[in-house]
Parts: sequence; C-alpha cells; structure tokens
Amino acid sequence: MKKALILGLVACSLMAAPVQAAEDAEAPKSVDWSFDGIFGHYDRASLQRGMQVYKEVCAACHGMRLLAYRNLMDLGYSEAQVKAFASQYEVQNEDPNDEGEMFNRPALPSDRFVSPFPNEQAARASNGGALPPDLSLIVKARAGGADYIYSVLSGYAEAPKDLKKPDTLHYNPYFPGQLIAMPPPLTEGAVEYADGTKATVDQLSYDVTNFLTWASSPKLEAQKSTGFKVVLFLLVFTGLLIAVKKKVWSAVH
Amino acid sequence: MEKQTYNNAVVRWIDDRLPIFSFMDHEYNQFPMPKNLNYWWNFGALATVVLVAMIVTGIVLAMHYTPHTSMAFDSVEHIMRDVNYGWLIRYIHANGASMFFIVVYIHIFRGLYYGSYKAPRELLWMIGVVILLLMMATAFMGYVLPWGQMSFWGAKVITNLFSAIPLVGESVVEWLWGGYTVDNATLNRFYSLHYLLPFVIVGVVVLHIAALHVTGSNNPDGIDMKGPQDSVPFNPYFTAKDSVGLGVFLLIWAAFVFYAPDYLGHPENYIEANPLVTPPHIVPEWYFLPFYAILRAITFDVWFIEAKLMGVLLMFASILVLFILPWLDTSKVRSCRYRPIYKWFFWVLLIDCVVLGWVGANKPEGMFPLIGLIGTGYYFFHFLILLPILGKIETPLPLPTSISESVTRRSGAPAGATAATGGNA
Ligand code: HEC
Ligand code: HEM
Repeated sequence: MKKALILGLVACSLMAAPVQAAEDAEAPKSVDWSFDGIFGHYDRASLQRGMQVYKEVCAACHGMRLLAYRNLMDLGYSEAQVKAFASQYEVQNEDPNDEGEMFNRPALPSDRFVSPFPNEQAARASNGGALPPDLSLIVKARAGGADYIYSVLSGYAEAPKDLKKPDTLHYNPYFPGQLIAMPPPLTEGAVEYADGTKATVDQLSYDVTNFLTWASSPKLEAQKSTGFKVVLFLLVFTGLLIAVKKKVWSAVH
Repeated sequence: MEKQTYNNAVVRWIDDRLPIFSFMDHEYNQFPMPKNLNYWWNFGALATVVLVAMIVTGIVLAMHYTPHTSMAFDSVEHIMRDVNYGWLIRYIHANGASMFFIVVYIHIFRGLYYGSYKAPRELLWMIGVVILLLMMATAFMGYVLPWGQMSFWGAKVITNLFSAIPLVGESVVEWLWGGYTVDNATLNRFYSLHYLLPFVIVGVVVLHIAALHVTGSNNPDGIDMKGPQDSVPFNPYFTAKDSVGLGVFLLIWAAFVFYAPDYLGHPENYIEANPLVTPPHIVPEWYFLPFYAILRAITFDVWFIEAKLMGVLLMFASILVLFILPWLDTSKVRSCRYRPIYKWFFWVLLIDCVVLGWVGANKPEGMFPLIGLIGTGYYFFHFLILLPILGKIETPLPLPTSISESVTRRSGAPAGATAATGGNA
C-alpha cells in the first residue's frame, strides 16, 4: 500500500513539472553546465566573457534592470574595475541640483544597469515592432532554462525552402513558433576575448548563457553549498532520531 | 483534569494560579495514544510544523515585500538578490506551500483509508475540511503577491468565476476586485487577507486538536482503545515517532528548496504581470489542478444552468461533499483493513484524483475534456452513490478483539516478547 501511495505522489509531482516549451519547437540541446548538480558553481572566466558579450552585443537591445553594477564584483572584478565600468554609463541624478534642475552624472556601482531604451515604445520602434525582453530573469522565465537560451542563441538555421516568412522574422527551430524577431545576434568573432578564447558562435552562446544564468540566480552557489550542509546535517540527525525511536519503542508490544 | 504537585516552587506557584503545567502533562505527557499507529499518523504533526514555518517565513518576507502593482515584482527580486538569506526565506515559503498541501492531502487520504471521519470524529473531520478551505484561499492569494504573469492571470481567471453567479455575478466580481479589473486594490486586499488567514487557520487547528483530544486518535484497525494495554503515552512514544517522520520530511523539503526551488513553480511567473499579454497556457499551482479539471469538466449547459456556472458549482461541491462524508458512508467498520471491497475503491478514488490533476495540467483539447468529465463524474459517484450502497452490501472481515491483540498478531511475535514494532500499514 505504501508503494502505491508513493507511486501516486511521484505521478503527482511529474504532472506538476513545468510544461515544456511550445509543442512545435525543437527540444533544447542538452549542455553540461558547471552550475548543474549538487556541487554546482559558476565558471568565473566564462561569466566574465559572457558579461563582455552582453555588454558589446546584447546591451544594444536588451536591458538588465535588476542588476546593479556592484553585483559585477561577484564575477571576480575589483571595486576599482566596477567603478570604472559603471562610469562609462550616464544616469539621471535622483535629486535636482541647487538651481532645482535635474542633471545627469556618470553611473556609480550602486546604480542599476542602464537600459538601452527609455520605454517600451522606443524599444519596439527600434526593433520593427518587436520587444526585446529585459534579460535579468530570462533563464528562470523560460521553460528549459539555460539549455533553452543557449539553443536559441546558437540555433539559428537556414529556413526550410517552403516556409513563407516576412523578412523581419528569422528562422530558429528552438523558438516557440520558430520565427523570432531577433536577428541572429552572434557571429563568429563578434567579440574579441581578452583571454584569447576563440569566439565561435557556440562559445559566445555558452558564455553569455552562463552570464545570464548568474544574473537570474546570483545566489545559486550559496544555495547549493548551504543545501549540502543542511542535507548532510538532516541525514545524520534523522539517523539519530531513528535510533532514539527504536530505543524508546523497544519495550512496547 | 488532575492537578499535579510540582517540586519547583515557581512552577508550583504558577500552576496553582494557571494550571498550564498540569495541562501540558495531561494533554501531552500522559495523553493516551493507540499503540498500533503507523507512520501515516505523522502527517497531522507535520502539517502543524509546516504551518508554523509558513507563518515565521511569511512574517520575514512581509518585512521586505511591497504590496503595490508597480513594486511588488521588484520587491520580491529585491528579497532574492539583496536581502540577507532572502532567497532562502522565499524558497522555503514558496515550496512550503506545496509541502503543506502534500502533507494535508496525505493526511486526508489517511482519514479516508482508516475511516477517521466516522463517529465519534465527524466534527473533527469537518473542522479539518474548514482548514483545507482556508488553506486553499490562503495559497491562492499568496500566489498573487509576487505579481508575475501567472499571479495576475490566475487571479483574473479564478475571480472571474464568480461572474457565473446569476444576476449578481458581475457585481460580486467587481466587489472582489475593488475595481473594474484585477489591479492595485485587488493586490492590497489579497495581501491583507494572506497575512490574516494563516492566523485564522491556527485558531481552527486549535479547535481541530481540541476535538481530537476529546475522542482520541483513530488507528489503523479502526477499533476503540479498551484500556491501558492498548495505548502508550504520547510522550515519549509519539514525540520520538513524529520526530523521525519530521526528519525525513525536512529532507524532502530541503531537497526542493536547495536543489529544485523552481521545479514546482511556473517559469511564466518570473515575468512581471502584464494585463495586455495573456500567457499561452494559464494553469494554477499543482495542488489546485484536480479542482481546475472539475471546474472545466462541464462543456455544455445542463438544463437551465450554464456550463460555466455548473463547473463552478461542481468545483465547490467537490470539497463540500467532504463535509457530509461521515453520513454518506454507511458502513459501521472504520478501517479499510477490514473492508474488502471499499479498500479497492479507495485506490480507484486516489487514482481518479491524480488523473483529474493530469487533466487540469493540460489544455482542454483532444481527449482531455472527455477524461475530465468521466473523472469528475466518478468523483461524485464515489461519494454520493458508491459509499452509501457499499456500506449496506459489503461483508466486513472480522475485527480484532483489541488493539493489543492486533499488534501482537501483526508483529508475529508471541505475547510478552519484546518486538519493536511501530506498526506498519
Ligand atoms: C538588434 C537587437 C537585438 C540584439 C542585439 C539582441 N537581441 Fe535578443 N531579442 C531582440 C528582440 C527584438 C527579441 C524579441 C523576439 C521575439 O519576441 O520574437 C529578442 C529576444 C531575445 C530573447 C528571448 C527569446 C524568447 O524565448 O522569448 C533572448 C533570450 C535574447 N533575445 C537574448 C539575446 C542575447 C543573449 C543577445 C546578445 C548575444 C541578444 N539577445 C541580442 C533583439 C535583440
Ligand atoms: C493545517 C492543516 C492541518 C493541521 C495542522 C492538522 C493537524 C492535525 C493533528 C496534529 C492531528 C493529530 C495527529 C494525526 O492524527 O495525524 C490531526 C488529526 C486529524 N485530522 Fe488534521 N490537520 C490539518 C488538516 C486536516 C484536514 C484538512 C482534515 C480533513 C479534511 C483533517 C482531518 C483530521 C482527522 C479526521 C484527524 C483525526 C485523525 C485520527 O485520529 O485518525 N485534518 N490533525
């Protein structure tokens, strides 16, 4: 009876599994990520390369409004580097100056990432009516997570001959509906990596997906390492409780 | 209640004026429990632990959360990113809701299997159903708070159901919303109620346990305790046994929190609510899926009742029917152990609920509407037709003469031997 109930529960939980991306899209490629698994952690070198890809390519169209420049210290940058990085951007100061006028200043590490467009209308106007979504949470916001994002970025292909599509849309078998408004953002050598890594489309997609995953789950490493300790403790503790229970009940019949 | 005399002067002083120590001694230390209880009797205690954990984590979340449509989503991300251990608190709370429902559903099916709803425990059971309703309301409103796409559209779809009520439907919906659509007023009242209801649940749980302490616990044999040889005091026996279950349960909960925190959620809810963009597939959380299937089961008007209204009525009826269950089941025997026919139908009902959940998770296309209709029909058939008839025609197996006899027989040990049986199903 126990077994049957457990099976039932397993069935329940499977049912609850997030519904996979639209039926008409190809299943995402399966990638071995360093952040998968019980001891999952981020590959700092890849995060830094991914940040470079975001900054030099994606940031032209996509914001990441939930990140602050100071968060980049997580990637292994020094405070001075982050300060220098932030100061390339301009933000409006929160308070007016002494004359009561609003003014712009260079961004500080405490400022949030500056978005490329002031509002949705401007973003759509520059992208043929399509809206490039903010990427701060994109990996969590898509069924398939990092595998899906990687697949979309590296998965553009020649459209099938018989497919009629408007010029503004691009064929991508991994995107639900298979026609995506984003032009293929990555080409071989799109950025020049400082560490000499060869910038193939696969490599670029891999690095930027790592970066986006970190942006979506910045606490993932703390989560997994705390989890390991908690589970270990609970295993030992439950073992003790079982022993105590056996002892307490040993005289009952 | 017998008063104790305590050696410690302070304790004695307090107990003479407010006998809380005597009370605890009577209701906890010495409270007689059937000694044949199996691990399915852990789940009431587990539910209590989850309830407390939900309240504690919820209060911390409330310190950092902002109930406004323009800030709610970002404030949740602020908790995830900037608040110390905010991610932990939020993941415990979010997965805790699922754990709560798993535990309580098992607790309820335990009651169904062992006939815990029968005399003299009818009121205890009915109070339990009230708890279930309150939990559902709390969980539903809590899910709206992060103000993601599923929060918004889930709230919209479910509140819209009330528009099916003839004549006053539209007004009721506007009254619930506090406006002409799901908006800031709706978010604010849901927040207020989501904070309030758990404390109402605490109150009802106190009644639940008070009622339990009048009748005492049922047990896997479904027969009454006849004397001290049938029972053990709650402490230390069930303190020890419930703790084992708690350890295992916390392991499962932790596995979700640390290694699959978003598995039970929906990716769409990491997109901020947008009234102009309808998600392709609106689904509630897993624990509401069977009810969602019942809601959508009726696709045709029944006589003068519109299909939509019929679905709403059936959905509420599917829980309300539990209130009259003690009188629908006509069998005098409680436990399925001694009900050779009902035992099978118990499993059919469980499978029916899982199937309904599966239907609820899918778009109402292809064969799903038909399966949903059959599953819904069966659910009500089970309670309204099968149970009343079965009690009359089924010949139960002979009941053991006492709990202690049953324990010795099951453990296979001769009376007097020291067999460490916690009893098992
Ligand atoms: C020229 C502007 C532009 C650039 C540059 C660009 N994107 Fe996009 N992106 C878009 C638009 C427009 C969409 C919306 C597509 C749609 O809805 O069909 C989009 C959508 C996306 C999506 C969401 C896909 C989905 O499932 O909805 C992701 C992820 C994405 N872009 C990542 C990137 C990354 C990573 C880069 C940098 C390597 C990048 N984009 C560069 C314009 C751009
Ligand atoms: C917040 C949710 C709930 C809490 C905290 C809770 C708590 C408890 C506790 C501590 C017990 C005693 C231990 C046990 O027998 O397992 C109990 C017993 C019981 N509960 Fe609940 N309960 C909850 C919900 C429900 C619901 C929803 C139902 C039924 C619809 C229910 C029906 C019962 C019954 C019938 C008993 C007596 C069981 C027996 O002795 O066989 N409970 N509950």
